[in-house]
Amino acid sequence: MSHVGYIVAAWALTLGVLALYSVTILRRGRKLSSEVPPARRRWMSTDNADHV
Amino acid sequence: MTQELTEVSNPGETTGSSATLWLGAVILIGLVILGWLSFVVTEADIELEDTVRIMYVHVPVAIMGYAMFTICGIGSAMVLWKGSQWWDHVAGAAGEIGVVFGSLTLATGMIWGRPTWGTYWEWGDVRLVTALMLVLLYVGYLSLRSTTGVTGEPSRAAAVVGLLSVCMIPVVSRSVEWWDDRTLHQEATVTKLDPDIDGLMLFTLVFGIVIFMLIGAWLLIHRFRVAHLETELELYGVALAVEQRIAETTDVEAALSVAGNDRKDES
Repeated sequence: MSHVGYIVAAWALTLGVLALYSVTILRRGRKLSSEVPPARRRWMSTDNADHV
Repeated sequence: MTQELTEVSNPGETTGSSATLWLGAVILIGLVILGWLSFVVTEADIELEDTVRIMYVHVPVAIMGYAMFTICGIGSAMVLWKGSQWWDHVAGAAGEIGVVFGSLTLATGMIWGRPTWGTYWEWGDVRLVTALMLVLLYVGYLSLRSTTGVTGEPSRAAAVVGLLSVCMIPVVSRSVEWWDDRTLHQEATVTKLDPDIDGLMLFTLVFGIVIFMLIGAWLLIHRFRVAHLETELELYGVALAVEQRIAETTDVEAALSVAGNDRKDES
């Protein structure tokens, strides 16, 4: 296979950045979920779907 | 999608749900299959040689960038029309994810450009420059979102930018046709009715696009929920501060009342 370095770099960058971004979002969500009182999590149920 | 964005099975712990868990599992399996198709099953291209394997990530992230910016534009239009907080979260989430995909498009394109064109970047290339402008427009949109507006209220100024920036998408997409003498970039291969691409390569490319669409949906759901959580936390902080202030005022009034009664008794 030719140009292996470029191919690996493109794939690793894409998957690495997306994985890092996903983990960041999940961690932020987990932290925020623990800080917001249950009464204020109305956006997490379909009861509040009329906001759309 | 609307229901999935607002429904979770365990609202107390994470932004995830059983649906997003399954979606994540499908994505991981899909990525393994995409890697197998890209590196084992498909052959090298006659012209591009093995660098064609970069196409299986470059094209999907580019399409997802366009898709997310379009969703951001639709969300911004809804914010301006209805003033909806829900759509504001959708627009903000899509804008941020679009910048991630847009940046990856530029980065993978540069990496691919070096072995095929002999250069990472060419400032005179209309496709490269317009794609960079598109990403920068949405970076500006995100900056405007974070600096304008009131907590709990969507930023209309940012929504205007988010909506107008959508106009740049067709310019980027069609730039290789409109200014074909000012770009190194090839014309579109998958949007044509009769694509100039081998059947197995086309299948791998389309499979990659589907998997990256699922990744985009997964990210959008989670990022949307995070945006909702951030707003609610800010509003909760404000409500707490108001409650404290009212309690302090009530205490002072009560103390003044007691002091006034004492004076009356003394007199």
